Amino acid sequence: MIYMDNAATTLHKPDAVKEAVMAAFDTMGNAGRGASRPALDASRVIYDTREKLARFFHAENANQIVFTANSTESLNIAIKGLFAGGDHVITTVLEHNSVLRPLRECEERGTELTILGCDEKGRISFAEMEAAVRENTKAIVCTHASNLTGNMIDLKKAGETARRHGLLFVVDASQTAGACEIDVQKLGIDVLCFTGHKGLMGPQGTGGMYVRPGLSVRPLLSGGSGVDTYNPRHPSRMPAALEAGTLNGHGIAGLGAAVSWIMDKGTDEIRKRELSLMRRFYEGIIRIPGIKVYGDFDTDDRAAIVSLNIRDYDSSEVSDELNMEYGIVTRPGAHCAPLMHRALGTVEQGAVRFSFSYFNTEEEVDTAIRAVRELACE
Amino acid sequence: MAMRKKERKLVVTFHTTADAMAMEKACREKDAPGRLIPVPREISAGCGLAWCAPLSCRETLIGLMEEQGIEREELHECMLR
Repeated sequence: MIYMDNAATTLHKPDAVKEAVMAAFDTMGNAGRGASRPALDASRVIYDTREKLARFFHAENANQIVFTANSTESLNIAIKGLFAGGDHVITTVLEHNSVLRPLRECEERGTELTILGCDEKGRISFAEMEAAVRENTKAIVCTHASNLTGNMIDLKKAGETARRHGLLFVVDASQTAGACEIDVQKLGIDVLCFTGHKGLMGPQGTGGMYVRPGLSVRPLLSGGSGVDTYNPRHPSRMPAALEAGTLNGHGIAGLGAAVSWIMDKGTDEIRKRELSLMRRFYEGIIRIPGIKVYGDFDTDDRAAIVSLNIRDYDSSEVSDELNMEYGIVTRPGAHCAPLMHRALGTVEQGAVRFSFSYFNTEEEVDTAIRAVRELACE
Repeated sequence: MAMRKKERKLVVTFHTTADAMAMEKACREKDAPGRLIPVPREISAGCGLAWCAPLSCRETLIGLMEEQGIEREELHECMLR
């Protein structure tokens, strides 16, 4: 099996991740619930992972890192916890439904929304972003990279726009966290939402968010916190303010091991490898008659994703053929990115997405190129 | 076996578990004495972790918390086992 659906989840994890999860099963009690050895073991592992993530994203301190189940939960906390009726929010057609749907719910409650369009290569315009700012604009919410085209949004420019107008800057780093250097302070990011199971190479069910110190986010959930039991309200101090209930300690143990592995390896090396595999694939398929590729490949500021269609073939059929005949795993369909597909005119056909990880090989890429070439023959 | 004998000890409470864990980490790194205990009921009826250390370490621990930027809730002296 050749796994090329890393934008959905990374299948191959470093061995250290599996070992950390298995070790956690033998040692972990419930973090923050008492001072017994198992409870403290869990608290230590979770705190250690919190610290690592703070270092990894250049956060001011570990308390600004909150654990969630995934990016979707982080984005729901951020979007529903920051915006109210009367606020105006700017976002883009590149977004995943985990951004769009919470924003639509806010819109139903009176939040105004501007969704920036894109050009034929799926790129947004910063002039349009600037022009969209109104008196009541509260925030720019955008993805770091489209999960369909792989195009990146320049966070430096978007962050500068946000700062210039005193707006909050909320970033969905689902496709880039772990595979790219992200410095929340340098980029002026107020909230960074990430998942643990994609580029960060941790277990599914792990994720989190960075929240800038001083920024208050209304919690989505309240409940057990391990502290201040007789307070009728959930604690307001970070990170407890945005963490209710038992955390996924076993998963977080794996995530901590994954972040260590990434920091040892270096995001530059990981990124270089992923981009090199992506380029090899792109160069191998781009001249095949009948192939249409989506996105901007003139730059390397992109995620390691190549989405394509073969002639007018249904993307689901092509992906199934790749799976059944070649053992190549890709993702067809709409990728939870309705506006991006609409902008590219691929609502009916969908697209076949190949997404690469550090653990893919050149041989696998060459096999995938051959498979696409064969399927494109008339 | 009977309960251990009580002694007067220093107890530092925190707003969050994360702060308590930061304290433990800092104390271990700096070789400062103490350990995490459940917050004694005479301090708070709520749950949580507290740092318990000999009274003589008061100034050392205050200095360490300030140096490491660890936010505490309160400093107490309690009779503990």
